[in-house]
Amino acid sequence: MEKGTLRLKVGLAEMLKGGVIMDVVNVKQAKIAEKSGAVSVMVLERVPADIRKAGGVARMADPNKIKEIMKAVSIPVMAKVRIGHFAEAQILESIGVDYIDESEVLTPADGESHIDKFKFKTPFVCGARNLGEALRRISEGAALIRTKGEPGTGNIVEAVRHMKLVNSEIKRMTTLKTKHLSNEAKNIRVPLEVVKLVFKTGKIPVPNFAAGGIATPADASLMMQLGAESIFVGSGVFKSTDPLRRAKAIVDAVTYFDKPDVLAKVSSGLGEAMKGIDISTMDEKDYMQTRSR
Amino acid sequence: MILGILGLQGDFYAHKKMGEKLGIETIIVRSPEDFEKIDGLIIPGGESTTITKLLSRYNLIKSLKKFHKEGKPIFGTCAGMILLAKKIDNHPDQFSFGFIDISVKRNAYGRQIESFEEDVSIPIIGKNPFRTVFIRAPKISRMGKSVESLAKHNSDHILAREGNILVGSFHPELTEDTRIYEYFLEMVKRTKP
Repeated sequence: MEKGTLRLKVGLAEMLKGGVIMDVVNVKQAKIAEKSGAVSVMVLERVPADIRKAGGVARMADPNKIKEIMKAVSIPVMAKVRIGHFAEAQILESIGVDYIDESEVLTPADGESHIDKFKFKTPFVCGARNLGEALRRISEGAALIRTKGEPGTGNIVEAVRHMKLVNSEIKRMTTLKTKHLSNEAKNIRVPLEVVKLVFKTGKIPVPNFAAGGIATPADASLMMQLGAESIFVGSGVFKSTDPLRRAKAIVDAVTYFDKPDVLAKVSSGLGEAMKGIDISTMDEKDYMQTRSR
Repeated sequence: MILGILGLQGDFYAHKKMGEKLGIETIIVRSPEDFEKIDGLIIPGGESTTITKLLSRYNLIKSLKKFHKEGKPIFGTCAGMILLAKKIDNHPDQFSFGFIDISVKRNAYGRQIESFEEDVSIPIIGKNPFRTVFIRAPKISRMGKSVESLAKHNSDHILAREGNILVGSFHPELTEDTRIYEYFLEMVKRTKP
């Protein structure tokens, strides 16, 4: 009997496809998420929009809170650790969290390197802005990649940019001459075998989800149409006026992302979405997406 | 023959790929009309709570019941098995179709960290062992007299059949081994007029 294999780690991500993973900060929100049809919940102390407001250092959530939520819902439970903070990851693995997000939403703990994710049986998801970042995280053992977007802004523009960039860079990689692959691997600091996999298959070797700024059913549909296989919703649900209704609508929008008539129906009368931030008015030092490379 | 794969949520594309590998025409089933076109249906792995909610919100429960009544074969893996069972022990209020006389326990092996893979002998598909992949898998906790067990892992039944309903608690779609699909497609062929 083998446990913690890459197939099992990627396998759980496969099961989450065509679904919505929702950020929650307590049992009540986790139950609302489950009721709406979320495939998983992500536990944090604060949603990204509130992390922005609060400032200071954002860390892994209280293990007690995570355990309470694991008890309260039957769907898989994820939680975030700071980039490079393998001790936080060890704690989450010991309490049995189903997926660990090594996330730029929290304050990085290591400015140089990410966690060696092969050392864990628990699977990891990591954010990426481009193909190089995605393949570096996969080479470190990530079993699932998501766009970074710009978390906590309710603004989809950065997630769109990241998804399109990853796709166009994959396309470019498949058109390279075989003799140039090793040079390409060196340039983006990724093992040659991983580059060869992308070259051969025309996709990254793990599932590719979208995150960062998704606030409406239409946002979810947009990301799915751009090639995302599932959606993470951070502040978008619980910073809106009617979380359950909006959560349900986003779940439906992911399944029927290519059916405008369904999208029109579920988008109607949802109440106000989160207010959000225009990225062009932001100071670059407030970006979360540039916290890892 | 056209194989339908319920595509509301879960790893339905992995199943589609297996059908394509065997040269079978496959379609993703997401609306009541899709049921008219297909000869057999696979309910994939995923989150059973999510799939159930979408089935009910988009009026697919009736279509699926009708499809079963017409005697057409259905294969449920993992979440799909939960949906087809008569009873869900640890979530008695959760909807299920009851097309096969089994009770199941969700997440019976534990959380993701207890997910595992192992070679298991499945005599009906041949001598060579089959790589079974269990992810937050359910267990069959009770099996009715009319249900036939096709494989066991330790003392647990992991593949079972009653009439035109086939269920498995593991994920054949996450391997390259097509033998269980060939077995199911044979079931579909036999019922096709």
